[in-house]
Amino acid sequence: MDAAAALPLSQIPARRAASRPVTAEPVWVRRALIALALAFFGLFLLLPLLAVFVEALRKGWAVYLAALAEPDALAALKLTLLAAAIAVPLNLVFGVAAAWAIAKFSFRGKALLLTLIDLPFSVSPVVAGLGLVLLFGGSGWFGAWLAAHEVKILFAVPGIVLATVFVTFPFVARELVPLMQAQGREEEEAAVVLGASGWRTFWHVTLPNVKWGLLYGVILTNARAMGEFGAVSVVSGHIRGQTTTLPLHVEILYNEYQFSAAFAVASLLALLALVTLVVKHAIERRGDFAALRRGSRT
Amino acid sequence: MAAQTGVLPGFRLTLGYTLLYLSLIVLLPVAAVFGKTLELGWGEFVGVVSNPRVLAAYRLSFGAALAAAAIDAVFGLLLAWVLVRYSFPGKRLVDALIDLPFALPTAVAGIALTALYAPNGWLGGWLAALGLKVAFTPLGILVALVFIGIPFVVRTVQPVLEEFEPEFEEAAASLGASRWQVFRHVILPHVLPAAVTGFALAFARAVGEYGSVIFIAGNIPFVSEIAPLLIIGRLEQYDEAGATAIATVMLAASFALLLVINALQAWAARRGGKEQ
Repeated sequence: MDAAAALPLSQIPARRAASRPVTAEPVWVRRALIALALAFFGLFLLLPLLAVFVEALRKGWAVYLAALAEPDALAALKLTLLAAAIAVPLNLVFGVAAAWAIAKFSFRGKALLLTLIDLPFSVSPVVAGLGLVLLFGGSGWFGAWLAAHEVKILFAVPGIVLATVFVTFPFVARELVPLMQAQGREEEEAAVVLGASGWRTFWHVTLPNVKWGLLYGVILTNARAMGEFGAVSVVSGHIRGQTTTLPLHVEILYNEYQFSAAFAVASLLALLALVTLVVKHAIERRGDFAALRRGSRT
Repeated sequence: MAAQTGVLPGFRLTLGYTLLYLSLIVLLPVAAVFGKTLELGWGEFVGVVSNPRVLAAYRLSFGAALAAAAIDAVFGLLLAWVLVRYSFPGKRLVDALIDLPFALPTAVAGIALTALYAPNGWLGGWLAALGLKVAFTPLGILVALVFIGIPFVVRTVQPVLEEFEPEFEEAAASLGASRWQVFRHVILPHVLPAAVTGFALAFARAVGEYGSVIFIAGNIPFVSEIAPLLIIGRLEQYDEAGATAIATVMLAASFALLLVINALQAWAARRGGKEQ
């Protein structure tokens, strides 16, 4: 358990002294740096978050609740939940498959594959949306075929789902690949040699080891899926009550100068962000997950 | 396939699925953008991307992203340093909220920042009194991009600082180095690869950012109109060719940045590994 307990007494590292004057800054420098950092934090992170809630409640609870209970808002909420409910499992399955192939086997082109998996992070969401328009739009690669078979992807729910899947593509894979690499493959090999099937090995050996990393990836995927704006905006067509997600609904209300309503809907998304941060922080504070992550970096 | 499969099963299945899914979801739309550009012909392509309004948008998108990433690099390093080295009230809250820009939908960030910096907003009034106009100017775009990029730098620098052993600092100090010299010559070179990686990640994200920018930018042609907005504008006029030409330049920049970030991460890993 404790690595230090197994060492002879002489090799146990000495506990560092509590105060190390030679490697500490003067008190005034320390205070100035903290003040500067907190000022930046307050101005750029805390204040925008506060602004969402204050602006949302500016005209009182009645206006706030009315904005949330409005049919178009509820339709947008439903669509947002639907898009996330499809995108998250799809990218979860992909992330697990990709991590298994990349972390447990060696093959040529692995570095290139990892780079391509990261691609959605550096492509502008608007460009991603444009790519979908060029595939599924009227003059797109599949446009004629889709029109002939009366399948609607663009300006409809499938397009919104595809855009969401694109922008959230790397999260689970990126989290799992380094964790499973750090884990090595000895435990799985032992299970297989002892006669366990591949699935059984995965469920009983691999999954328990990476479950927190998996949850971490899912949380990040979900937050981005529910909040995506640029890519979804290009493919949605902005049909009120039909193809508007919550972020698009916020934009519509804002552009109609219904500021309190816009911020009311935005506050729902801000709450989602806060829940995401709390869960994320709770996972990061788990000792086993933190140790695994540290191991995966070296 | 030249793979060491060993005893573990599932290699073909998982790699096959990975490649298929990657191709369908990511590579196909990206290929569609490049494919459409090839249909354009060189003259038409250059005609679109050398249009003065398009050039102004590129300058703004890349310039503001560069400035924002530089600000993020400085303050991200400061925040990481303060979070790792000092203790102060509310430290855990600050640490948890650093990731807010990752979790908060960009449209929400956009309208919140506009509420703060608009001329009649929380801060906008004060700044206007000082003669500073932020919202609906390039400065507003800068504010939004600084917000979007800050966690990239903090989260890449923080773990490197956490693992930095104080022995190096103690050795330097015992040899007579001042605290500033220790920071400048011992600590900074160690965290530099991580800081530069964070800078590049923040830059890559900021160049293509859309949601948080359009509300605060004001979107005035030649002044505060970013390149992604031009793409959407062209699409709304059913000018797919024009939209694609503008997007291709951005896509090429994305690929270049991806390669740079890869190289930087390899550098950071080597630098970190040497001292283990």
